[in-house]
Amino acid sequence: MKPALSVILLTTLIGAGQGLFLAYYSAEWFVMLSILARAQTDYSGFAAGLSFLLLAAGLLASFFHLGHPERAWRAAAMWRSSWLSREVITLPLTMLLMLGYALLKLGSYDPLVFVLGESIPIAASTLVGFCAVLALCALYVCTAMIYACLKFLRQWHSPLTVLNFILMGGASGFTLATALSAYTRDGRFAYFVGMAIFLTLAALISRFASLLRNRKLRSPSSLQSAIGVHHPTIRQLAQGAMGGSFNTRAFIHGYGASVVRLARRSFLLLAFIAPVALLQAGSETSAFLCVSAFVLQYLGLLVERWYFFIEAEHPQNIYYQMIS
Amino acid sequence: MTQLALVIDLNTCVGCHACVTSCKEWNTSGEAGPMVDRNPYAAEPTGTFFNRVQSFEVGNFPHTQTVHFPKSCLHCEDPPCVPVCPTGASYKRPEDGIVLVDYDKCIGCEYCSWACPYGAREIDEQQKVMKKCTLCVDRLYDQSLPEQERKPVCVLSCPTSARIYGDIHDPESEASKAINDAGGYQLMPEWGTEPANHYLPRRKVDIAIHEEDLQRVDNPLRKEDRGPRAPTTRTTLDDSTSW
Ligand code: SF4
Ligand code: SF4
Repeated sequence: MKPALSVILLTTLIGAGQGLFLAYYSAEWFVMLSILARAQTDYSGFAAGLSFLLLAAGLLASFFHLGHPERAWRAAAMWRSSWLSREVITLPLTMLLMLGYALLKLGSYDPLVFVLGESIPIAASTLVGFCAVLALCALYVCTAMIYACLKFLRQWHSPLTVLNFILMGGASGFTLATALSAYTRDGRFAYFVGMAIFLTLAALISRFASLLRNRKLRSPSSLQSAIGVHHPTIRQLAQGAMGGSFNTRAFIHGYGASVVRLARRSFLLLAFIAPVALLQAGSETSAFLCVSAFVLQYLGLLVERWYFFIEAEHPQNIYYQMIS
Repeated sequence: MTQLALVIDLNTCVGCHACVTSCKEWNTSGEAGPMVDRNPYAAEPTGTFFNRVQSFEVGNFPHTQTVHFPKSCLHCEDPPCVPVCPTGASYKRPEDGIVLVDYDKCIGCEYCSWACPYGAREIDEQQKVMKKCTLCVDRLYDQSLPEQERKPVCVLSCPTSARIYGDIHDPESEASKAINDAGGYQLMPEWGTEPANHYLPRRKVDIAIHEEDLQRVDNPLRKEDRGPRAPTTRTTLDDSTSW
């Protein structure tokens, strides 16, 4: 498949935004359960605002993918059958809940709703945040299932796709949280950095597993089944268009093997290995290292998502032997 | 249930592109608006087409055959392009099985084209909506057309009658008969999309005629000879038949 820049931006930006929210919201629970110490200044409202902005940027990027962005609202219609439609519903919902959480946290009005057990006060923001977490988990699944549900694109049609989206989004979100925490010194660094390293390594393993899986895939389709002629030797003479067509422009990437190999190596290095090394070396006082870890990881994930498209082979390319 | 479809005879198709040009002509002049046509007379012509003819050379030289292969939306019975559409712009009509795109609802997200394994859908670069073969749904029921013209225009234009149109769920239709009698097959059956359009395979055009086929030398019941006589001792049905 030809990589679509707007989709690459959408999936990487919202993945990081969701992970960042998850990081700060889970830290809040650990504080309530007295596992983490209470911070002097609580930055979770600020972090939720940043998550909201990342999702908004992703949403904005996605509009550039549409031929008719003014009709985008129509895309909520077919949620019963279409994962894309489900994403179109869960994305704004997640954003709304994140925004609600951020406003409650940053504003002065955050009423106590009830007390859990004996001693855990649940405020309105905690409840809204909980709904936001449910929504963002659904959003991870919807986003990944858009690709994983297409059974003809065998490289995508795997539970590993969903796992990769969750782990990579989570990893970049926690790395961003680590950077934020190192910058603000809010005492959550140890938790964030541990989770960021863990998620990045987990993402590396699962992405590597999908690379291995895709190496072994063989298409059940061939030129023989595509045109229904059984002779083993078939050569295409004409593809029905002289100046190319949508079919040759949208599905065939045309990059050479060396470029593809370079991309694979650089995303493995940038998105996984470099951030882990930087985070290991970083400490609560080295905001610069942590920020660079996030920047490198995000760039790496952009390359990873680009590669994700390149990796997928569309069966329609069989009909365009002269190019593909 | 009705499932309208095309049956394309690869044995007859000569690759003249009459279906391609008549399709473009009919559909670009229709109410859905023009289809992109860039550099039509220059070196790199490109644009939106619902139907294209590809050509393949089969075999090793000099024992080769050229197969011309018309390619359009196959109106799958289980179309993977339909459920993925987020807006409902892509749909399959229950009454006749035609898969259509509602150009007023389509947001041009291209997701359906990812889901079609045949590459039968094309974004129109000017209107920014997804387009594909409509089976000339705007001709099939048009009472103002003479009855014999209520067919897809590609079928009418094909000079070799390589394209047969009909209801493949009606075993008496010309299309069903062609599929059954001439070994009609579906493209990429491995994906389970159940394409409604079928293709008829290449057939041998030479037949070897042996002496025996002309002179039935070893046939004891040759017409040239007298037929066997019925036994005279008992009455059988053979008495009344003459062989
Ligand atoms: S050929 Fe492609 S576009 Fe046409 S119905 Fe089948 S899957 Fe859909
Ligand atoms: S391009 Fe149009 S028809 Fe295709 S999935 Fe998107 S909205 Fe539906």
